Amino acid sequence: MANDKINFEVMKGEVHGLLGENGAGKTVLMKILYGMHKPDQGQIFVDGKEVRIDDSAKAIRLGIGMVHQHFMLVPSLTVAENVVLGLEPTKYSYLLNIEKTLKDIKSLSDQYRLQVDPKAIVSTIPVGVQQRVEILKALYRKAQILILDEPTSILAPQEIESLFDAIRALKQQGKSVIFITHKLKEVCAICDKITVLKKGKVVGTVEKSHMNPDELAEMMVGHEVLSTFEREHVAPGKVVLVVDKLKALNDRKTLALKDVTLEIHEFEIFGLAGVEGNGQTELVEVLTGLRELKSGKIRFLDEIITDASPHRRIGMGFANVPEDRQKTGLILDFSVLENLILGRQDTPPFATKWSTLNLGNAAKFAQESIKEYSIKTPSDHTLARYLSGGTQQRVVIAREFSRKPKLIIASQPTRGLDIGATEYVHKKLIEMRDQGCAILLITADLDEMFALSDKIAVIYEGKIVAVKDRNKTNELELGLMMTGGKCE
Amino acid sequence: MENVSRKGKKTDNPGALLHTIESRLPPTVRQRLGNTWFRLHPFITSFFDKLSRNLARFVRGIVPQAVAIIIALLVGALVLWATGHSPIDAYSQLFAGAFGDSYGLGQTLTQATPIIFTSLAFLFAFKSGLFNIGAEGQLLIGGMAAALVGISFTNLPFYVHLPLALLAGAGGGALWGFIPAVLKAKLDAHEVITTMMLSYVALYVTSYMVNYPFKAPGWVAQTPLIAPAAELPRILPPTQLSGSIIVALTMVGITAFVLQRTTLGYEVRAIGLNATVARSGGINVKRGMILALVISGTLAGLGGAGEILGVERRFIDHFSPGYGWDGLAVALIGGLNPFGVVLASILVGALRSGGMVMNRVTGVPLDVIYLVQSLVVLFAAAPQLMKYLSKRGVLTLRTAGRVLTRFKSILKNVIRRLKEEEL
Amino acid sequence: MVNILDIINIGLFAAALRMATPLVYASLGGVFSERAGIVNVGLEGMMLMGAFTGVLTSFYTGNAWLGVASAIFTGGLFGLLHGVLTVKFAGNQIVSGTGINLFALGFTAYMSQTIWGSRGASVSVPGIPVISLEFLKDSVPLVGSALDTLFSQSPLVYLMFIVVVLSYIVLFKTPVGLRIRAVGEHPAAADTAGVNVYRTKYMCLIASGMLAGLGGVFLSLGTLGIYVLNMTNGQGFIALAAMILGRWKPFGALAASFMFGILYALQIGLQSTGWLPPQIIQATPYILTVVVLAGFVRKAKAPSDYKPYEKD
Repeated sequence: MANDKINFEVMKGEVHGLLGENGAGKTVLMKILYGMHKPDQGQIFVDGKEVRIDDSAKAIRLGIGMVHQHFMLVPSLTVAENVVLGLEPTKYSYLLNIEKTLKDIKSLSDQYRLQVDPKAIVSTIPVGVQQRVEILKALYRKAQILILDEPTSILAPQEIESLFDAIRALKQQGKSVIFITHKLKEVCAICDKITVLKKGKVVGTVEKSHMNPDELAEMMVGHEVLSTFEREHVAPGKVVLVVDKLKALNDRKTLALKDVTLEIHEFEIFGLAGVEGNGQTELVEVLTGLRELKSGKIRFLDEIITDASPHRRIGMGFANVPEDRQKTGLILDFSVLENLILGRQDTPPFATKWSTLNLGNAAKFAQESIKEYSIKTPSDHTLARYLSGGTQQRVVIAREFSRKPKLIIASQPTRGLDIGATEYVHKKLIEMRDQGCAILLITADLDEMFALSDKIAVIYEGKIVAVKDRNKTNELELGLMMTGGKCE
Repeated sequence: MENVSRKGKKTDNPGALLHTIESRLPPTVRQRLGNTWFRLHPFITSFFDKLSRNLARFVRGIVPQAVAIIIALLVGALVLWATGHSPIDAYSQLFAGAFGDSYGLGQTLTQATPIIFTSLAFLFAFKSGLFNIGAEGQLLIGGMAAALVGISFTNLPFYVHLPLALLAGAGGGALWGFIPAVLKAKLDAHEVITTMMLSYVALYVTSYMVNYPFKAPGWVAQTPLIAPAAELPRILPPTQLSGSIIVALTMVGITAFVLQRTTLGYEVRAIGLNATVARSGGINVKRGMILALVISGTLAGLGGAGEILGVERRFIDHFSPGYGWDGLAVALIGGLNPFGVVLASILVGALRSGGMVMNRVTGVPLDVIYLVQSLVVLFAAAPQLMKYLSKRGVLTLRTAGRVLTRFKSILKNVIRRLKEEEL
Repeated sequence: MVNILDIINIGLFAAALRMATPLVYASLGGVFSERAGIVNVGLEGMMLMGAFTGVLTSFYTGNAWLGVASAIFTGGLFGLLHGVLTVKFAGNQIVSGTGINLFALGFTAYMSQTIWGSRGASVSVPGIPVISLEFLKDSVPLVGSALDTLFSQSPLVYLMFIVVVLSYIVLFKTPVGLRIRAVGEHPAAADTAGVNVYRTKYMCLIASGMLAGLGGVFLSLGTLGIYVLNMTNGQGFIALAAMILGRWKPFGALAASFMFGILYALQIGLQSTGWLPPQIIQATPYILTVVVLAGFVRKAKAPSDYKPYEKD
């Protein structure tokens, strides 16, 4: 049950925060309000009248506007075109009235303090500006209630401030804002009321005057804090990976990595903290050989591997647990067995010298892995598509860890997993570290970061802004560095 | 694990089945079987397990295609009827021509043979995510290459000449697959367009060759006969069935083996399912794509060689009535699986050879066959359509069944009443 | 020795214009389809059905313009079929298009045989009269004769220019076009903006089919007034190449198609000189298409996301 008997009220001119962890049910609730999902039970009232929201068009007509977490903007069209899409002003009944469009956007832009260049093409403008376009889209449709879904997850601190500015302007004009987030501090900074969701249920609603971050945190997480299990302190061994002044472009041909330099050792979990979109994805791609770098060097053990193919790197001992197990981790239409041997399908013991597959060995390995990693599957022939998220992650881990790698790159390894699966992944990572592996852990979850890492670095806008020992820093400091507040 | 066999019977876990058999054997026999039996047990179980699993998967894959074929045939019958032909006459001649006697059967298999090659070609490329619709061209080039080798030498023994000619056919097809392959991999040129264009080029180039430089004396646009040493023997005279079918079936086995049991096959399938993950698993995607298209072309080229060396024994202009295009339809009908492809090829081969008889006897144009085939392709394009139709079909059947049972009870009531009144 | 002026003259450009016309129509059809996010390899089949239906209608009614109308209608019908298969049933776009091509081939050959007794060609039917500008020959000095040759074309050729301009305006200057481009590139964004994604795709595919049908009927009624087996002979695919070369824009498609038209016309001219064997010359347009795809479209990025759109 994603949403369990949720009761929720928003006043006119109120900024109402919806706080909860990943999977607490916030997104589903919002999808219902925006017509992208149908509720099984319950009622929705707008302005005192009961309504049924069948699709987005209906939601728009009711005055509900949504700013999605993943922007719904058409990249090759201009800002103006994106804003008016679906409600285009016309002249001579059939042609686009460009002048009116520009005028309308400018007036909205000024009214709500959301500066944009209407003629700019969306794919070329920074993320913060794109968000403003999304808000303008909603306002253009005369939205009275704006739903902002995790709006700050991709913003830099100055951008967050301008967003808050805009929200205050909206409040002044009598609009209501529903602010969905998992970030405590922001919600306290801008919201008048906060409703906390946990596991699909409403835990409570708090007024601004009674807001207390610790209390809220407890409401959000409850008593299900991850057990901080015992970790021995192990001294780091020799250097395994050296990244030297890495420069790389992202898909939009702008610089994603700016002179990134790091060192990772054996027996060490090196955590990389940062808000999503600051270059972590590109860094992983460069390290695994899937993205070319512009300049810089990568040294693994004693070899320069800057130009090595992914195949070579796997052979040398690289392992990768990617962020999206369904899209970039597993081949969903391959069986568990076939997924388990990916990366080793051309070497013994799974390949014979005539390049045929040794299915006997593969089956044996599959059975062993299924047992060792507790992979819940009816058989090794089951397609990966039919496994649960946690089980899929176990398959990825089994595949990567059983190669006895020397370096593991783990990106958001517990995203979307429940408590049990998360604990399992953490346990395995520590196990590998204790066996001498070097681990690069990239995660947005600071709790996880502190639970696992020996060293923590922060990446911000493609640069490494700090590298600290785990016990010489805290969440607050990291949070500041992640949002550009402090540099070392 | 439940296994459902073709007739709908449920066979329990094979192990249990064996236990039942065991318990029914008289004790003396059981004693004698003793150790050996129990040692063999797990092997037998796993064999049946694998067999029933594969059979179930096979059947599940075939059913929607079978339904599609039936619907397509019905639509074809409709078209025939609407244009003044008798569908019953036409279809019965078709069936009789294709399967009625050993000559018909032989001709059916002969027509099926090149289609097996071209459908394997489409299938293999498809597994890697690429669309090779130029099998017709690759077939022609392969045929021409084989013909050229066949006519160029006169004194080679058959165990040299024949393999050489076949190799040339394979090489020609490989070349014709390599061109679009490399263009796709290096320059991202849409392989649907390039393979189609190259098909036309192959048509014209081979036509040129057979009309000018390699033309045999006389009026017909054809090359001289190939040397007897290069021929593939006829294995079922007086039909044209030749050793080509043996090559075809061997290729089926090899293709299935490569796809499921070799590293190359694994990599090709991975690329087709998710090229990103394949790449991060160390697979060289570009190389895989090129190999897939080249192998695809090779298969089609061998098909052409088979036709020339086994059936025609010379390259005749326009000898292929579109085997390449049939290959596409057949690959889809056959559920994109090497063994299904054999069945589907025989079906389409039957349509062709039976169709020729049908045409001769009833005057119905052969093209109705292409119509039927194209409908099957259209159905194959949208598997959800089949699900939708079958759901609708099941619903109508269920409602019909309910109406009938209601009717039956009313009927029973009436009969009872009548009986009572009689008394 | 071949006199170059025998080949390269006004007649060549006139012929080029004629040969480009069906390509322009079909590639415009491709543009609309792909801008909405669906690959249409069935253009070939839609053209062929258009060519055939036009002749059929003209045969039974004696009116060539009714033939054109029926061709447009038929093309649209098949466009809708392609749409239903790929949008409603989320089918494979290439297989669906190929199925349409195969169907068209089989159907036209069968019906041709049934109606006219020959699967190779139909009888001659009333075609669309060419607009004659012969009066220019005498009235305008110097270039009159040239203008006459160049511009005495079928009305469908003139219509083509109008359609190109209209397509440009619709795609880039109207709300409809904006929505089409949004639907093709980012259907989720269009959906949340309130645009009916499915209906837009269907409309574009119907338009695509109609345009292809128009291109096809030009081949039959607009030139010789007969239907010949497999009249289109790959032009549906060349139109796709023209679309890619023209960067999915109407004027680009026009220019690219015109380039192919010149190649076609050159090829015919060369054939008549007997300089090279006919088959080799006939192969040149196809070879050149491959070369074009290989060499000149390297950086072409389609404006669309071709995945079937599913509302969850």
